Amino acid sequence: MVLCLGLVCFICAAVLGGTYVLTAGPIEQARQNKTRQSIAKVLPEFGGDPVEKVAAWNGTDYTYYAVEGTGCAVISTVSGFGGPLSVMVGIVDDGTVYNTVVLSQSETPGLGAKCQTDAAFTDQFKGWDPASKTLLVKKDGGDVDAITASTITSRAYALAISNAIEVFKTVNAEGGLENEQ
Amino acid sequence: MLKEGLKMSSRLHQLTKGFVKDNPTFSLVLGMCPTLATTTSAINGLEMGLATMFVLILSNMVISLLAPAVPDKVRIPVYIVVIATFVTVLQLAMQAFVPDVYETLGLFIPLIVVNCIVLGRAEAFANKNSLVDSALDGIGIGLGFTMSLTVIGIIREILGSGSVFGWKFIPGDGVLAFVMAPGAFIVLGYLMVIFNKYLAKK
Repeated sequence: MVLCLGLVCFICAAVLGGTYVLTAGPIEQARQNKTRQSIAKVLPEFGGDPVEKVAAWNGTDYTYYAVEGTGCAVISTVSGFGGPLSVMVGIVDDGTVYNTVVLSQSETPGLGAKCQTDAAFTDQFKGWDPASKTLLVKKDGGDVDAITASTITSRAYALAISNAIEVFKTVNAEGGLENEQ
Repeated sequence: MLKEGLKMSSRLHQLTKGFVKDNPTFSLVLGMCPTLATTTSAINGLEMGLATMFVLILSNMVISLLAPAVPDKVRIPVYIVVIATFVTVLQLAMQAFVPDVYETLGLFIPLIVVNCIVLGRAEAFANKNSLVDSALDGIGIGLGFTMSLTVIGIIREILGSGSVFGWKFIPGDGVLAFVMAPGAFIVLGYLMVIFNKYLAKK
């Protein structure tokens, strides 16, 4: 009895170990491809490789990808309506948003989840200039058109972008300091 | 000759029973969790059905081979270990080769382990039938499950988003309730009524 169960577990563990070894490479590859594709979507065309860096702002660590001479793609995660909402925000060197893309979300299907697909919502952030427009939904006195019946998701999305811009500012300020030294 | 013929027809029966007589969703009412949760669109239902079918066929085959050697007392743990292994293999493979599909189905892939269809077929069929019959049973029940999920997905997608398999033919938003949980229960309920009233009677 014990022998039988032990044997079955041993074989299964071996199969799993083998599968893990075989798939670890492709999984990592797929993850990197996805990141690269997202960066390519949120920033203007660039040459060379984006450099992965981490910046701290407001007590949280943000991962961002710096592209020399173009801008930054900041990964910004906030709480949405159904869980964490992770957005990659591309900010070009003059401080305006180039484009945004949702990395992961667990918003309500058909409502908040539209923040991923609804061009009417996402396109308004293309070329968004934080100096002239406020990143708050109209209900809160800002300039963001919320998704119908998904104010909480829209709020979270706007917050994610405004956090990303703050991170970008912090990074640039630090960069400037280094240059002076 | 006659015996051969009988065998063939019983084999064919293993393949087709999942559609109507032993349909896991509408007739056996098993595996309701993924049925209700993943059928927000036709493609999600189809993918979930195929993923479950993959695990079902392989676990049925392995369990039919193992069954004679496994003592009764550790039967269930052995089956669960076998099923969990195949689910994890599937999960890793999907993550590596179809990351987009994995992302939509996410949490529900590991949950195939506790899908009562898989353990149910192991207990009710695979452990007392031959390898070939068990494989056919897996294909049959798997196809039935896939079909049910796809049908629910198609109906919910038409009513909720105005599209089928992502092809939008009704402009606008559709009835949001059908994309969310209540719509799943409503569609499943009506389909079950129709199914049992008109199709399943003998």
